[in-house]
Amino acid sequence: MTMIPLLATTPIPRDLPLPLPLPEGVLIVLLVIFFLVHILFVNLMVGGSVLVTFFEWLGRKDARWDRLAAAIGRTITVNKSLAVVMGIGPLLCINLVYTMQWYSANTLTGHAWLMIVPLVIVAFLLTYLHKYKWESWSQGGWKWLHQLVGLAATLLLLFVPLIFLANVNLMLFPGEWEKVRGFFSSLSIGNVLPRYLHFIAASLAMTGLFLAGWFGREGHEIENTPGFTRPELRRIFYKVAAYVTLAQFVFGPLLLFTLPAAGITTQLYVIIVSGALVGLLTLWLLFRELKSGDERIGRSYVPICVLFSFVVLGMGSGRHVYRQAALAPHQAEIKERTAHYAAALAAFNKQRAAAPPVEQTPEQLFMNCAACHAPNVKLVGPPLTEIAQIYAGNPEGIVAWAKAPGKKRPELPQMPPMIHLGEANLRKIAELMLEKGKAAQ
Amino acid sequence: MDFPSFYMDHLAGGRLIIGLIASLHVLINHPLAVGAYPLLTWMEWWAHKNNRPDIDQLAYKITFIVFIVTTTVGAMTGVGIWLSTSLFAPFAIGSLLRVFFWGWFAEWLVFISEVGLILWWFLTWKKANTPEKKRKHIKIGVALSIMSWLTMALIVAVLGFMMKPGEWNQTRAFWDAMTNPLYAPQLGFRTFIALMMGAVFVWFATFFFTKSKRGYEQGTGPRQLRNWVVYRMSHVVLVSLLGTYLFGTWYWSAIPETMKANSSVALLTQEFMSWHGQFQSLLGWTILVFAFIGLGGLGSSFLIPRWALLIPSLMGIWLLGHFERAREFMRKPWVIGEYMYSNGVHKDELAFLQSEGLLKHATYAKHREVTEANKVECGKDVFMLACSRCHSTTGLNGVIEKFTAMYGADKDWDSGGMALFIQGMHQTRTFMPPFPGNDKEAEALVAFIQQVRATRESLPGAQSTGVVVAPPPAPPAMTASSQP
Ligand code: HEC
Ligand code: HEC
Repeated sequence: MTMIPLLATTPIPRDLPLPLPLPEGVLIVLLVIFFLVHILFVNLMVGGSVLVTFFEWLGRKDARWDRLAAAIGRTITVNKSLAVVMGIGPLLCINLVYTMQWYSANTLTGHAWLMIVPLVIVAFLLTYLHKYKWESWSQGGWKWLHQLVGLAATLLLLFVPLIFLANVNLMLFPGEWEKVRGFFSSLSIGNVLPRYLHFIAASLAMTGLFLAGWFGREGHEIENTPGFTRPELRRIFYKVAAYVTLAQFVFGPLLLFTLPAAGITTQLYVIIVSGALVGLLTLWLLFRELKSGDERIGRSYVPICVLFSFVVLGMGSGRHVYRQAALAPHQAEIKERTAHYAAALAAFNKQRAAAPPVEQTPEQLFMNCAACHAPNVKLVGPPLTEIAQIYAGNPEGIVAWAKAPGKKRPELPQMPPMIHLGEANLRKIAELMLEKGKAAQ
Repeated sequence: MDFPSFYMDHLAGGRLIIGLIASLHVLINHPLAVGAYPLLTWMEWWAHKNNRPDIDQLAYKITFIVFIVTTTVGAMTGVGIWLSTSLFAPFAIGSLLRVFFWGWFAEWLVFISEVGLILWWFLTWKKANTPEKKRKHIKIGVALSIMSWLTMALIVAVLGFMMKPGEWNQTRAFWDAMTNPLYAPQLGFRTFIALMMGAVFVWFATFFFTKSKRGYEQGTGPRQLRNWVVYRMSHVVLVSLLGTYLFGTWYWSAIPETMKANSSVALLTQEFMSWHGQFQSLLGWTILVFAFIGLGGLGSSFLIPRWALLIPSLMGIWLLGHFERAREFMRKPWVIGEYMYSNGVHKDELAFLQSEGLLKHATYAKHREVTEANKVECGKDVFMLACSRCHSTTGLNGVIEKFTAMYGADKDWDSGGMALFIQGMHQTRTFMPPFPGNDKEAEALVAFIQQVRATRESLPGAQSTGVVVAPPPAPPAMTASSQP
């Protein structure tokens, strides 16, 4: 593989001088798997919120959509909590594998990165409010308020992933970091927006597929979604999954072809194209299900889910392969710089250890006091001339003072204790102080 | 040095935000998750055993509040501690993750089960309508209580480790940190204070659900329910009080001598001066107030008015906050004891940087060598690298404020003296790390500080103005001695 040479302005940091706790390969496998689990719940949370908002709006005309929206809303409570908690694993892994790139991207988008915390808190609180006020806020103006709360939560949940995507994207292009001035400017680097579209579409498709199974399952209490039969529900959500997945055949290539060249490899194409082919197969199955009658719809649910998982796994691996390739030159340079530094440091420390320990001269020791005590002028503390007067012929007095300074002059700050220098050293300092003070008089 | 510097001038460099998020998290997590879950589970069990649906109802209502708060603010501030510290000190979090991977990983697994269990426990409460199901439901509450406690136990291990280096430095082993001498007392202290605050919280929340005087005459109304809760929660408060006191004392006595000495220096400086003087008496007051509330509750539920319950809670908050801050202060100048200073400089590279120069090896610096022309710009980078993790420029805990206290507001500051102070700052103020640069860089830093004093310009961080990258230094020639 040929490496594209790095730009002169690419920062090459040194890595932390500690070994990884697990072999890198293992961490990478964990990263990809944990990430997919996390993103599944994020998808269900975001896609679910969008559908709830939309169906509640439909429900203004036809109440059965309102009931359906409420039923979807109940799944979000669980999915959103799992989305957060399952996010920690991939965060752990990416911090370890891409320490130098990940944290740097976080800092460069720092304000937005911090805003994740309050934004998600508000979004979650609004989600609860929306859920638990569904019955009591169902009339007139209250219903409007209720819908607004739902909309606000959804918009927040749509925005937060953009912050993460900006980071995931920015970390790939260290050569561009010098251009970044905060979060919004980072959006113009790489291809954040196509990534975002792809993600939103995936969220809707995933949620469609999930809800087709959730409401289509035997255990679903059908009276919670009045006005719909089980096959009808399956059909609605299969449709969401199918048409959005169809649209992914536009968003996907858009994402692929706007990727900066840095990490494009044949391997990437092979993985993505195979994923897309499995995607086609899944779509075919989905449309076949949609065409079949009420008594048959839902029969291929399990194979569809299995195929879909392969598609997701393919896209997740492709994403990783791209990152790996895009960052390979940077990682290699970091490794080299880290090794050089470590070698120079070791040589320096070896030499230093070999040199016989030099005893500090009184002059050097006095440097501990010189910042505050000058011969003639008052700096922080009194000048040496004054000290020499007070302690003439009494160096022990200075030692005693320096070990535990008192508070004498109200206009001056407190002197810090100097006991850590040791009695013998303080004694040397004291003698020199008196000498200097006398000389300056 | 190797990460762009996130920095907020007006907010003590940004540390204030970490402090806020972390305090909020502890304030929610301790009383609600660690303290209240077991108490609410116990109420559910008691209600089931004695056939008291009213108590079950009350426990459910309180759990609803706990559920909402812990799964939103609680969970997200927990994540937020991580997000904010990794912004502010990526070198430290990055290093800790490498050493403590299994600790964090275990923490994650426990956290997953904690979240799963609270969802399961709360969302299935109403569905547990047979004795059989109820018994199973209570078991979920027990598991939840254990898991929240474990989450705290693991976190405390990491915190304890950062305060006392233990043997980590030599062996880099995980278990060393878990068995470090501060671990048990700190965990015990937190457990009991959490129970104490949890009990007061349950007590407090009960007032809101037992307002009605209905059924009072017959002895079956909400008011009797309130009596029941208050009487029992007072017991919890009193028993936990003893634990808090014992473990608190043990905790302080286990803090190594140097840290203790260090903490009294740090605590005595300006803002903490008064606090430290009053520390013991205030600790005593907190315990006394809790004791008073506990004893009062034993007597009658009407003896202690609702607002009075806020007092011990506020004092508990203060106590926890103080511990968090004291820990922060005692750790100085280290971010990882005896391994890495607060500004990210490793102990073993200090002398090297002092001889070679800090800027020469920094990744994000505009110049590599200090000259007359670029002095102030270099000083700015040196400030960012060496001081900005603890100081702002003109803001909170700013160097301008500090030097003003030393040299006076109305006088010229002696640049030579300042440079000497900076180079000896660890010797004069042991809670500051040694200056990690050469003479010229100290002078440059002084030039920058003098300029800030004159212009009062605030310093932006990398999150606003981005980074500048000077070409890396030529790699040192591999000499024969450094060749393996
Ligand atoms: C951070 C600044 C600072 C440093 C460093 C410092 N001093 Fe002082 N020193 C002071 C101040 C301020 C006073 C005046 C205190 C007062 O009068 O309350 C003082 C006063 C003194 C006095 C006069 C005491 C008296 O009886 O009036 C002596 C002697 C002294 N210092 C010795 C030392 C020695 C020795 C060292 C170095 C080991 C040292 N100081 C380092 C700030 C400092
Ligand atoms: C480990 C964190 C830390 C770092 C890094 C640090 N300081 Fe400090 N510094 C402190 C603390 C804590 C204080 C005491 C604050 C107080 O007075 O409450 C302090 C106090 C000071 C004072 C006042 C000293 C006195 O005698 O009153 C000055 C001046 C100062 N720092 C300058 C600097 C400069 C310049 C740098 C960078 C080269 C620096 N500090 C780096 C933590 C730090």
